[in-house]
Amino acid sequence: MQFMLLFSRQGKLRLQKWYVPLSDKEKKKITRELVQTVLARKPKMCSFLEWRDLKIVYKRYASLYFCCAIEDQDNELITLEIIHRYVELLDKYFGSVCELDIIFNFEKAYFILDEFLLGGEVQETSKKNVLKAIEQADLLQEVSYLGSWKEN
Amino acid sequence: MSLRGGMVALRSRMVTSLKLQDLIEEIRGAKTQAQEREVIQKECAQIRASFRDGDPLQRHRQLAKLLYVHMLGYPAHFGQMECLKLIASPRFTDKRVGYLGAMLLLDERHDAHLLITNSIKNDLSQGIQAVQGLALCTLSAMGSAEMCRDLATEVEKLLLQPSPYVRKKAVLAAVHMIRKDPELSNIFLPPCAKLLRERHHGILLGTITLIMELCERSPAALRHFRKVVPQLVQILRTLVTTGYSTEHSISGVSDPFLQVQILRLLRILGRNHEESSETMNDLLAQVATNTDTSRNAGNAVLLETVLTIMDIHSAAGLRVLAVNILGRFLLNNDKNIRYVALTSLLRLVQSDHSAVQRHRSTVVECLQETDASLSRRALELSLALVNSSNVRAMMRELQAFLESCPPDLRADCASGILLAAERFAPSKRWHIDTILHVLTTAGTYVRDDAVANLTQLIGEAQELHAYSVRCLYHALAEDISQQPLAQVAAWCIGEYGDLLLEGNCEETEPLQVEEEEVLALLEKVLQSHLSLPATRAYALTALMKLSTRLPGGNNRIRQVVSIYGSCVDIELQQRAVEYNVLFQKYDHMRAAVLEKMPLVERSDPHVDEEGKEQKAGAQLLEASAPVPTEPQATKLMDLLDLLDDTPGHAQHLPPLDPSPGETLVHLLDLPCAPPAPAPIPGLKVFEREGVRLDLSFVRPLETPALLLVTATTTNSSREDVTHFVCQAAVPKSFQLQLQAPSGDTIPAQGGLPITQLFRILNPNKAMLRLKLRLTYNHFGQPVQEIFEVDNLPVETWQ
Repeated sequence: MQFMLLFSRQGKLRLQKWYVPLSDKEKKKITRELVQTVLARKPKMCSFLEWRDLKIVYKRYASLYFCCAIEDQDNELITLEIIHRYVELLDKYFGSVCELDIIFNFEKAYFILDEFLLGGEVQETSKKNVLKAIEQADLLQEVSYLGSWKEN
Repeated sequence: MSLRGGMVALRSRMVTSLKLQDLIEEIRGAKTQAQEREVIQKECAQIRASFRDGDPLQRHRQLAKLLYVHMLGYPAHFGQMECLKLIASPRFTDKRVGYLGAMLLLDERHDAHLLITNSIKNDLSQGIQAVQGLALCTLSAMGSAEMCRDLATEVEKLLLQPSPYVRKKAVLAAVHMIRKDPELSNIFLPPCAKLLRERHHGILLGTITLIMELCERSPAALRHFRKVVPQLVQILRTLVTTGYSTEHSISGVSDPFLQVQILRLLRILGRNHEESSETMNDLLAQVATNTDTSRNAGNAVLLETVLTIMDIHSAAGLRVLAVNILGRFLLNNDKNIRYVALTSLLRLVQSDHSAVQRHRSTVVECLQETDASLSRRALELSLALVNSSNVRAMMRELQAFLESCPPDLRADCASGILLAAERFAPSKRWHIDTILHVLTTAGTYVRDDAVANLTQLIGEAQELHAYSVRCLYHALAEDISQQPLAQVAAWCIGEYGDLLLEGNCEETEPLQVEEEEVLALLEKVLQSHLSLPATRAYALTALMKLSTRLPGGNNRIRQVVSIYGSCVDIELQQRAVEYNVLFQKYDHMRAAVLEKMPLVERSDPHVDEEGKEQKAGAQLLEASAPVPTEPQATKLMDLLDLLDDTPGHAQHLPPLDPSPGETLVHLLDLPCAPPAPAPIPGLKVFEREGVRLDLSFVRPLETPALLLVTATTTNSSREDVTHFVCQAAVPKSFQLQLQAPSGDTIPAQGGLPITQLFRILNPNKAMLRLKLRLTYNHFGQPVQEIFEVDNLPVETWQ
């Protein structure tokens, strides 16, 4: 995977994960163009489109678009599963996730993604394991925070 | 007291700095872009201040706010160094946010990125899994080649770590490192064997990805890993056959992510390798037949299976099975499945044409898809499936599609149909019908050479002239706005107008077309603002041709032609003027000049369009081109007898030859550029008071009837020569064309000479005689010289 973008129906970016090195300017340009292209799609259209030399796989969940750019030899259908799995993870973590959760807890959204994908590839296919890892990291955060407060 | 003051100060600082949640709320509450910018700028100032001298314990909160603001598109580069500090902190919270910041704000373009290498190195080697995980994740997201080289051994060590959590991340970090620096393959190849024996799905998945990368970068690695094919087959077989595992299954399919990846690796290993392909045949058949197709997960695995089957050396039966799976996909309710089916079939249509042909009717149905990306695919695939046995049926479908397809597909559809028609037309009439239909339905979308192609085609099909002209007449009468159609129709009516009036034609219904109707139609095209200039030119020329084809009096045509003699469009004006002349002075030649055109030589379809257009356009000029030179030659013949022709009168002649290169070429049907000649001795023909005229001769090898004469006039006197005009005359059996001279002034003392090219056509190889008339001003006096050229070398005409 080259990158994943999450954006609202108004085109506001909610998450951007880039797995290829690009300048800020290029990222902005790509984001702008791609968001426009995807938002212009009609609801009944298929989830795949060709854009530049990439394959774009996107799916809308409630008010959020999940959009991935994959390479020519990547399997579009499994990418749909990747997107779905990520949504499931978010849902489990936040409990019936909605866009607001992702807005107000964007770092968590990133942390969860980073336990599912690494360097653009799937690292863990067990939902349970991903959620467990997040839980443990959250715990670690609390403990060390408490620790430092005690020091004060 | 100072303590209390300090406490107050601390509290107030905490109060003014917003919490992340509050900041987000405030930003969302902003009603305008300007308001949002204001809030953010204010907060960024706070963040900056806090970075400078704020509480280090709060740094992670400040960075988090900055990262939010960054996502909205605001600059955040001043946070880069803070990321480094946070990463280096011993607190997990700091590291978590710091690494996130690094992934968002730093990349290999920034010099700062190297600074985190050390921190990563430290974090990789300390014992807390979660921290190692953060470091590996960041490395895999933004690690540059240099960083990867620095950290390769650390990552290698982690591949042997007891914790599967760390191992699975280390494997994928290795994947990234190899992508950045392929040389690192040496380090990461050896551990693969052991890793492949892992039970942990995540590690297995990562390992397979790693092996794929290794194989793709090195043929030696590819050969090496072929020996694990049996092992991979076993892993996949186990996955598929041992039942449902809640942890890894999706919709009843065991770990589809892992299955897909194994299938991809098998594809790479089995490609072009008989033995490996054989080893996996059975398994592929098993997966292809047993995978549940009711949900996307199963179909994802099936898709990968099909792609693998088609790419390796599989048994014929297996290939057919694979194509059939794609055929079934085409009938699936899910658009996405249909899409991948069309894309995959398109990939296979060349190599497995007959297998794909079996699904032709389903593919054609997909043309009706409302989704443009699907109908486009269907179009490409349909065009690829046209062959000589299904061409009629396919064309019917494609033409129906052309009538209703979305505009952005029209051009491709039209040119696809025309191309297929050219390759597979079962009969000339069918071919003409097809092109005609395309021109009427999608005329504006066809490529430029369609006009030339069609006129060519019609010209060749003599027996169909009557049919063609009728069809085109009707089509034009219905709609004059489609330019390619109008052009072809005008041309055809011009050429075969007589057949149009005859009334009988086997192929179409008998109809009665009146002469006046035909003329009216052409005039309509000529006058319409919808017609392009080229179209109008076609119409005018067609009208002219009809003056010899139609029985009626030519008054109407004459009128039109004379009106257009003052048309604003130069091209039309010129034609009209020439045609006028044809009516008046050269009426006796009109029939000959406007005779039916000879067939154009079939040129290579890949010849550039410009060349073709020029040729096609030039065909029309051909009719008129001879006209100017005849009078020119005649006038010059008069020279021999009438020695006092006024210079003004004679001056008219060169302008009739506006683009000497073009008209000349097509007049004489000869090449323009003089190729390598046999050298003929040049000749000095005139000298007077320092003004000298020399002639040089060239006879191009492929056209021996042509003689190219270059007259060069030089001036060695002390005064300029001005108003220099040279005219030439030749005997009646010759044809002569003078090109425009390079100028009319020769500066004194050897200034730039005037050169002029004469082209003399001598088809009868008669003896060449050449008479020249020179007029110019020199030393303040007008000069006129008339003389015949003596001593012309025999090579100029023999």
